[in-house]
Amino acid sequence: MKRSAILMIIGSLLLLGLFYFPLWNIRLAAPQYPDPMGMDIFISGIVGEEEFDIQNIDGVNHYIGMKKIPKPEEMWEFQVFPMVIAVMAALGVLVGLLGFFKKIHPSWFLGWFILMIILGTLGMYDFNNWLLDYGTDLDPKAIIKLTDKEGNPINYKPPLLGTQDILNFTAHSYPRIGAYLMFVGMFLTLIAWWIRKKAFKNHR
Amino acid sequence: MKPIKNIIAALVLMASFTSCNQNKEGEKSGAMASSAAEKVYVSPGEHDEYYAFLSGGYSGNITVYGLPSGRMLKEIPVFSQFPTNGYGYSEETKDMLKTSFGMVPWGDAHHPDISQTNGELDGRWIFINENNTPRIARISLETFETEEIIEIPHSAGNHSSSYVTENTEYVVAGTRFSVPYPQKDMPINEMKGNFKGPLTFIAVDDKGHMEIDFQLDMPGFNYDLSHPGRGDSHGWFFFTTYNTEEAHTMQEVNASQNDKDFIAAVNWKKISEYVENGGGQKMEAEYVHNVFDHSTQTTVSTTKNEVLRVDPRQVPGAVFFMPTPKSPHGCDVDPSGEYIIGNGKLSSDLTVHSFSKMLKAIENKEFDGEAYGIPILSFESTLAGIVKNAGLGPLHTEFDDKGNAYTTFFISSEAVKWKLGTWEVLDREPSYYSVGHLMIPGGNSRKPEGKYMITLNKITKDRYLPTGPELEHSAQLFDISGDKMELLLDFPTHGEPHYAAAIKADKIKENSKKIYRLDENKHKYAALNESETKMVRDGNEVHVSMTTVRSHFAPDNLEGIHVGDKVYFHVTNLEQDFDVPHGFSVIGANTSELLIMPGQTKTITWEPKKPGIWPFYCTDFCSALHQEMQGYIRVSPKGSNTPMKWGLDDEYKS
Repeated sequence: MKRSAILMIIGSLLLLGLFYFPLWNIRLAAPQYPDPMGMDIFISGIVGEEEFDIQNIDGVNHYIGMKKIPKPEEMWEFQVFPMVIAVMAALGVLVGLLGFFKKIHPSWFLGWFILMIILGTLGMYDFNNWLLDYGTDLDPKAIIKLTDKEGNPINYKPPLLGTQDILNFTAHSYPRIGAYLMFVGMFLTLIAWWIRKKAFKNHR
Repeated sequence: MKPIKNIIAALVLMASFTSCNQNKEGEKSGAMASSAAEKVYVSPGEHDEYYAFLSGGYSGNITVYGLPSGRMLKEIPVFSQFPTNGYGYSEETKDMLKTSFGMVPWGDAHHPDISQTNGELDGRWIFINENNTPRIARISLETFETEEIIEIPHSAGNHSSSYVTENTEYVVAGTRFSVPYPQKDMPINEMKGNFKGPLTFIAVDDKGHMEIDFQLDMPGFNYDLSHPGRGDSHGWFFFTTYNTEEAHTMQEVNASQNDKDFIAAVNWKKISEYVENGGGQKMEAEYVHNVFDHSTQTTVSTTKNEVLRVDPRQVPGAVFFMPTPKSPHGCDVDPSGEYIIGNGKLSSDLTVHSFSKMLKAIENKEFDGEAYGIPILSFESTLAGIVKNAGLGPLHTEFDDKGNAYTTFFISSEAVKWKLGTWEVLDREPSYYSVGHLMIPGGNSRKPEGKYMITLNKITKDRYLPTGPELEHSAQLFDISGDKMELLLDFPTHGEPHYAAAIKADKIKENSKKIYRLDENKHKYAALNESETKMVRDGNEVHVSMTTVRSHFAPDNLEGIHVGDKVYFHVTNLEQDFDVPHGFSVIGANTSELLIMPGQTKTITWEPKKPGIWPFYCTDFCSALHQEMQGYIRVSPKGSNTPMKWGLDDEYKS
């Protein structure tokens, strides 16, 4: 019983890694950028991998009329996401503590996990929407206007996950250590639920 | 009679070598050629192993090459105006060329020397001397830009320069031409005994800043080249002399009469202490010291009026002369600091002095007279050995890390490898043609790297496709890692390299700056963003603070300029990305273009002559919209009252 509770607490605490480590990273490589430009996406804002990367990405993007990379105060997500993560971590620890001292039902653990999955999916959906907006809502006075075979404006949306060519750039979009810590943490809470469920059965 | 015999013997030797070499050339098979090719081949995108800095001689600049590929990487403007990037033309840099003679737009750059710590190259700065209007420059190896130039007063033909001591305590500048000290009007033929040869010791601080510590008032010989002691001989400096005859005319003949001239051994540590304790006399001088300030990006130029003169006779045990045959040119010190090589350029031999024997000779007072009160040590007392019949016309010697020395012979046009200590000649290779200097990376330090050697040839003739009567000089790269020197590569050089210095690339490349930080830009007229751009009139001077970013100027439309105005374009490059320069040029400018690196501000002046609409544009193909990076200036007739108005995208300020 106690083992599952400890796992639940550790798993929830791993979420806090998101306050220190980036969640996601998008890198742009091109022939003239042998050192790719990159942005680290934290739950509280977007930071260049190198000091001037954001400025330089904006500089390149202005040719195709992309908006500038948003500052933390320009997107509500960067205020809400940290709160959600903090609340979820606290909730997870609370459930774990209850599980440690009391014989609460394992479905509390599963409940936390499912809530986390829902919130995470919503977060990813929102992130993808932002990427879509960023890659398609272009300045009508853009210097370079390209169309696809059907004559529609090219979509410059970077991939949510994976690698994709966008004009002369190759965009790589992958989770970073913050996300991996979150994944491991969530997996631990799932194991905690499973162990607790078995223990619960045995007790009966 | 004897020297003539030697020369004849050498000529005979030469003849046999020439035939040998012909055979060798004929035997060169495809396999041999490909191995040389492999050794110098640096694949596309790969980096060279060494940075080599070649003096540009009469170009006034330094060129940077990669070794072993022989690819030219950059030309660093030092003593000459450089319209390519505006150095010496821009308001910020034109004072770098200021001297007590006014602005001198050209220089004769000679001997680059990289700063040292504990006798090893440290890659912080490179120093170089200007021979014609005596000056020493310091170039940063972070920015590869000239940061400081100090004029050397009372010097004429600043040739035995700009070598640094083992911890870069001093950079030294000796005068090649003896002159009245201080200068005065007098008959030329009264030179003998009345001219002097001041040797200047410039202290270098932790930041690299130079200040003249003292001038040694030496007899009026010609101080040709010099090198610092190292290891045990650290604290000494050695200078070759010629024209100890003190001939004032037809020196070709009259300065070649003495069988021996001198190597002057100077105990600078002793003199430095003497000066620290209040020794020396202040004397009038006029010299200009120019420092480029990186934060304001502007040259601060100061004129100084005093220098400390030290009479060597007042500092016992500080200066001695070592007789050295035949107008020695190069004065080279081996990595251990024990051997001082006099390259007697009118001889077929090399004279090697021993530092430890010199100390003993001084102790035992083995003197052979004196010259103007300076003791002359007896020739035999300091002699370590003679490299016999090594070639004709030795000029310079460098060293590897295996106890070998390499000497260039101008007349017999070859590089000769010989052994320190046994003085035997080990190998010789022709160099095409009439080789002057040679350079082994770290060859002027305690730690040479005996992998490559380059020879710097004075005559090119048929080595490359002909380009009319005027040819670039030619360098040759040798592999010296084996017993025999192996010629690998010819490559043309710019100007006339009088010496070179090379260092392992690792010691520099990580420190090489990529951009200048905009947030550190304290230039008085910088516009650090587009909202700070402006036009300010002050009488007939108009200061335009302008910015560049891919791919436009701000402002790009300017009005209210009149014929008779002097317009200062202060252009700031707002980019903070590696290798995104912007250029600026305007029609009819009597100056040069500007090439502005990210974060920099540079200024050029323009005096419009005619009313009209005059374009300006970016000269560097900065981006896909480079061709569109242009603007217009409205110039109204003199006395008209067109108001000042400037803007971008039809949003005007006034």
